[in-house]
Amino acid sequence: MTSVAEPRGATREVPPVVAFLGRRLVGAVLALFVVSVLIFAGTAILPGDAASVVLGRGATPEAVKQLDRELGLNRPLLEQYTSWLGGFVHGDFGDSSVGLAQGAKHAPIWALIADPVKNSLILALVTALFMIPLSLGLGALSAVFAGRPIDHLISIGSLAAIALPEFVIGSLLIGVFFVWLGVLPPVAIIPPGDDPLSHLTKLVLPVATLLLASLAASIRMLRAGMIEVLQTDYVQTARLNGVAERWVLWRYAMRNALAPSIQVLAQNLQWLIGGIIITENVFAYPGIGTTLVTAVGNRDVTLVQSVAMLIAIVYVLLNLIADLLVLLLVPRLREPA
Amino acid sequence: MRGRLRFLQTRSGAVGLGLVAFVVLVALVGRYFAPHAPAASIGSPLGGPSSDALLGTDFLGRDVFSRLLYGGRSVIALAAGATALAYLVGLTVGLVAGYSRSVVDPLLMRTADVMLAFPPLLFLLVLITGAGTSVAVLVIGVAAIQAPGISRIVRTATLEVSVRGYVEAAVARGERGVSVVVREVVPNILAPVLVDSGLRFTYSILIIASVNFLGLGLQPPSPDWALMISENRQYISLNAAAALAPAAMIALLTIGINLTGDAIARSLGRSYVPRTTRSVAT
Repeated sequence: MTSVAEPRGATREVPPVVAFLGRRLVGAVLALFVVSVLIFAGTAILPGDAASVVLGRGATPEAVKQLDRELGLNRPLLEQYTSWLGGFVHGDFGDSSVGLAQGAKHAPIWALIADPVKNSLILALVTALFMIPLSLGLGALSAVFAGRPIDHLISIGSLAAIALPEFVIGSLLIGVFFVWLGVLPPVAIIPPGDDPLSHLTKLVLPVATLLLASLAASIRMLRAGMIEVLQTDYVQTARLNGVAERWVLWRYAMRNALAPSIQVLAQNLQWLIGGIIITENVFAYPGIGTTLVTAVGNRDVTLVQSVAMLIAIVYVLLNLIADLLVLLLVPRLREPA
Repeated sequence: MRGRLRFLQTRSGAVGLGLVAFVVLVALVGRYFAPHAPAASIGSPLGGPSSDALLGTDFLGRDVFSRLLYGGRSVIALAAGATALAYLVGLTVGLVAGYSRSVVDPLLMRTADVMLAFPPLLFLLVLITGAGTSVAVLVIGVAAIQAPGISRIVRTATLEVSVRGYVEAAVARGERGVSVVVREVVPNILAPVLVDSGLRFTYSILIIASVNFLGLGLQPPSPDWALMISENRQYISLNAAAALAPAAMIALLTIGINLTGDAIARSLGRSYVPRTTRSVAT
């Protein structure tokens, strides 16, 4: 369709959208490369010490040397880094250093994190499923009733929730819904191999914690955007023409208020990744966050490296997707500046 | 002066500052009024409130009220140290980048951008894996998370100021670069640079408390609000106050700071506060 009507010469140039995306993609790959160096350097601050840390103080020098060899820690740092990154890129995450230290011949990281990754994704998806409509709805509600009691209620509530760290929100929710009302379980331990969705009551408090901590920013952003749009001439004109108020809101105002909110929503989803790490630990939910924190506590260097890299990739990907969505929603950004 | 304190006339500003003052006061001088030593076992574990232990006892039979009075200083002191260190580094890096006008500038700024792309909590966890749990790691790690953002702001402010007449005059007088930066540039960028220091401080508090909660920061038996929550939360049905009282203290502090910040922003005529404390984990 495009190639038919376009004037000559235009076809030779790269469309601005593609050029923009290309630039962003190269930037993302570069950022991930630097992040991989940072992760590796961060975990290797105590050079050659990982084995003795994993084995504990009572370890004999022979045992440490043996584990060093199994983990490849006797090689030069650069070689360790390239072999780790090379394996990671090919989907081979290597062995858990603690697993090897405990005497196992093989302790593939992938087997250790497959279930937690799935559980965390489910938790994130369920939360996002509620987060997006709730932030749009509550944001629009407080914009339409700006200055009235319901707006004050929403903004005081979000101001309070925005300030609280997840572990405080989670603890307070446990206090209300478990200790006081006794209606919901205080932990979300899912038996290995079970589908979290078959334990819905256990998911309620973790999801509520994540929602409370993340909703406020997007509500405030959408409220500001909606208030601005509702004062524009085209909304006034539509109203004067007798367009139904509900139609004005959804068809005229929401679309235009949405574009700046997408960046905030993407930030919220990025935040969700970090929020999940803490929330999972509050409720002992068997996800990637509890796996990561346990690994840090055990000084399981190889496990931490792989999980951290996976999380960083998701983080960067979310940013890319947000850019793409904004580009799709706001046609004027597609033109060259 | 009256203009500056105008935010106090709003209800949320006054309530916010009151909350902050209350929690900081408890954190700094509360320990002198504690009835028991924070590590002393005074009764059976997880006992309910009594005249001797106002909030009952924790999972080791220690007085929750006394530990509450002791437990605020650590997180506030660590956060203050980390924020100060972050400003020291950020100020230096930003000034060098903004004033040097050489390859140093893009080099430093690209480094800052990459650090900003790294999820902060993940950064801290990776650092702790490599360097172990200690107060120094916590402070340096949080400072490293905050410094890139600060250096960006400092650089922008420096670029703006360094083309002004008084800076050019100093350069023309033949003053050395360091003296120009310290005497002409720094005093003139301080106000915009310090505007969001309150938010950064809150942010430090939240992330340090979160790491403490995960058990990867301060170690037991330190009386620390976040640590108290994580130690006692599994016994929450036996003595809820042991976990919920410290949670309430952290909540009052962070809500207070946010209310105050919001009121200040409103009194300055800004309707939207761009960066709030919520980004703990991002």
